[in-house]
Amino acid sequence: MTETSDRIEQDAARDFTGSRRTHVEFRGIKKSYDGQTLVVKDLDLSIRAGEFVTLLGPSGSGKTTILMMLAGFQPPTAGEILLDGNPIHDLPARKRGIGMVFQNYALFPHMSVGANLAFPLEVRGIRAEERRERVERALGLVRLEGFADRRPGQLSGGQQQRVAIARALVFEPSLVLMDEPLGALDRSLRDEMQYEIRHIHQALGVTIVYVTHDQQEAMVMSDRIAVLRDGIIEQLAVPEGLYEEPESAFVARFIGESNQLRGRVCAISEEGDVCDVETDGEVLSALKVGRCQVGDQVTLSIRPERIKINPAAGRYTNEVDAVVEDLTFLGEQLRIRLAACGREDFIATIPNIVGHGGLVKGDSIRIGWTVIDCRALNHEEFGL
Amino acid sequence: MAGSLRFPVDPHRRTQLRALALVAPLVIYIGVTFIAPLGTMLTRSVYDPVVADVLPETLELLEQWDGRTLPSEAVFAAAAAEIRRAAAARSLGQVAGRVNRVQGGLRSAVTRTARELRDIEAGPWRESMTAIDSVWADPATWHAIQVTGERFTARHYANALDLQRLPDGSLAPQPVERRIYLKLFWRTLLVSTVITLLCLILGYPVAHLIARSPTGRANWLLILVLVPFWTSLLVRTTSWIVLLQTQGVLNDLLVAIGLVSDDGRVAMVYNMTGTIVAMTHVLLPFMVLPLYSVMRGIPPTYMNAAASLGATPVQAFLRVYWPQSLPGVGAGALLVFILAIGFYITPALVGGSDGQLISNMIAYHMQTSLNWGLAAALGGVLLVGVIVLYVVYERLVGVERMGLG
Ligand SMILES: Nc1ncnc2c1ncn2[C@@H]1O[C@H](COP(=O)(O)OP(=O)(O)O)[C@@H](O)[C@H]1O
Ligand SMILES: [Mg+2]
Repeated sequence: MTETSDRIEQDAARDFTGSRRTHVEFRGIKKSYDGQTLVVKDLDLSIRAGEFVTLLGPSGSGKTTILMMLAGFQPPTAGEILLDGNPIHDLPARKRGIGMVFQNYALFPHMSVGANLAFPLEVRGIRAEERRERVERALGLVRLEGFADRRPGQLSGGQQQRVAIARALVFEPSLVLMDEPLGALDRSLRDEMQYEIRHIHQALGVTIVYVTHDQQEAMVMSDRIAVLRDGIIEQLAVPEGLYEEPESAFVARFIGESNQLRGRVCAISEEGDVCDVETDGEVLSALKVGRCQVGDQVTLSIRPERIKINPAAGRYTNEVDAVVEDLTFLGEQLRIRLAACGREDFIATIPNIVGHGGLVKGDSIRIGWTVIDCRALNHEEFGL
Repeated sequence: MAGSLRFPVDPHRRTQLRALALVAPLVIYIGVTFIAPLGTMLTRSVYDPVVADVLPETLELLEQWDGRTLPSEAVFAAAAAEIRRAAAARSLGQVAGRVNRVQGGLRSAVTRTARELRDIEAGPWRESMTAIDSVWADPATWHAIQVTGERFTARHYANALDLQRLPDGSLAPQPVERRIYLKLFWRTLLVSTVITLLCLILGYPVAHLIARSPTGRANWLLILVLVPFWTSLLVRTTSWIVLLQTQGVLNDLLVAIGLVSDDGRVAMVYNMTGTIVAMTHVLLPFMVLPLYSVMRGIPPTYMNAAASLGATPVQAFLRVYWPQSLPGVGAGALLVFILAIGFYITPALVGGSDGQLISNMIAYHMQTSLNWGLAAALGGVLLVGVIVLYVVYERLVGVERMGLG
């Protein structure tokens, strides 16, 4: 790739994004390994060319399984996967032209880094000269120039990770899958790699389907995030959307932190967007998100940073009494554990600004929050 | 801890001593049951004092002998005296056996001479002895005594390599009809190689299947591989006779389906085929187990990775799987090969006359011909051969990469 062809490809990528061409589409995908339990249940997901989509979910939620079906290592039990509009059911993995970064890198230990990278080019019958050039360029992309002769075993975890990424990119696939690529790295290295993967994504314009169980990683990197739980997409949205407008108690808990209260709907506004919820003697006004009727159980979700301490009386629709149970100093913010609304683990966080301090353990205070910051979600049993 | 010790013993030294004490039983056991017999055996291949001890004076006088004419009367006198003495001490048999191996027919000659010398009181000994048996007039006889009279000798090794020492002391190949051992060594090497290859071809897919199976099934398959170990080697080998003999199951089957006629039954046992078939069967687990242990450590994602990079299954196997399984191939092949080279029972039972290997010859010399020196030399040659192969192999593959795990 020369510089010009580099730019052409970037432009092409931008065009894809602009046109919002659908690159990958899952239609009604189901997957069962044992013929009984469905590991993936009715997956519908459409990914646009050049998009960075993350599958986010706890371990065992079916993320890897989805990637395996897309890569061609597992057949779906039902449904259809389309690549550029064409079903790929009959296409073996090697013909799908999808780059894949495996959970444990899967670098071939008996080959040098250079040979690892040259492998996909060799099996495609590319000449030695061009091979060397492209390997060199791919190594440059992940900033590992001069490492071609090392064995994978001689590299650090972060370097191995980069090699795995370079290998998945060296044959210039338009779609790259990454299965928890940073899972084995320590925090600081992970931050750095997140940035680099993001950078590569922007530079090459490839479509990336990324898998992680780390919500922060997903928030940092993704264009859109699909939150998975037990083989079901709970919510598919841009990162801000997931945080600000979680549609289920699970998503509210999984993305960021949230105080969740159990309650019963006692009134619904005429417009149908606000409801009153009785919870442990208090009646709170909340945004009606879930489908519920008067008398139904709901789960209220309130973000800790949206809670105001000792607000001016009457300022907030929702105001309750609370007792300070515990204070934790977290640097830029103060984390307060409160006894409120019948719970002893009601969390509020406030920015660490002079004047907000002065709270001590055992203080009786008032706390308040707006209707918008209190979401009434479909009730769901969970152990807290 | 260290402060509470009553005696100022270096704790590091104590650990060393404890470790030593723990391995001592094994070291002693191996020393007594393995190293010592091996050492004695190898010593026998180069050291043989019997003739030198029984005929010391004769041998000393023979040093002046020109080697072509008849020895002097003094030599005959010493020989007669020492033969009589040895006959009385019942140590003549061993001497007769040894010289007989160099020069056939001497055993009976020596025994008869000893018997008849009893009645002869005085010389001249030369006339008396040549009269008793004409072999005493033959320089070759005295030559045989000289050769067997060396305490430290290379003649067993020369024998083992089909060489003979000419009267002038130089080495020359044995006459064609007496060359047996080199051919046998080559045959043993060849058969072992064939068996190793067969084990590899048969064992590789099995090991791969087991390594790829979920743990529960893998355990069952492993048990199936190991079941043969639960039955005696003798039973396993003889059951091959049942299967392969001319009136055996396989031949019956071939006749029944009309592949061979009833009087054209195939000889599959009591020949080389029988040896190879039965030994491959017996040695197969020794190939499967190291292969399995190495393959178990190759994550299946490598094959997925290769496929995702565009490799066909064949390419993925040749470029990714096979090279990573090589340590197991090396370990299994070495194990099977070394075991095959020294295998004894199976060829003895099903090998017939042309399916015999070098170890059967060693056993023959140990048990039947009682030529322990030659048996030891044959074993020594075998040992050196194996060590050479091992070193070559180590250079090529590297033992540290070998997966005996
Ligand atoms: N090859 C397999 N055979 C049988 N069950 C599997 C297999 N792979 C995954 N599973 C099961 O499918 C579920 C989802 O697994 P997976 O897709 O690996 O989840 P995740 O990657 O989100 O952790 C798990 O319950 C797991 O036990
Ligand atoms: Mg996974």
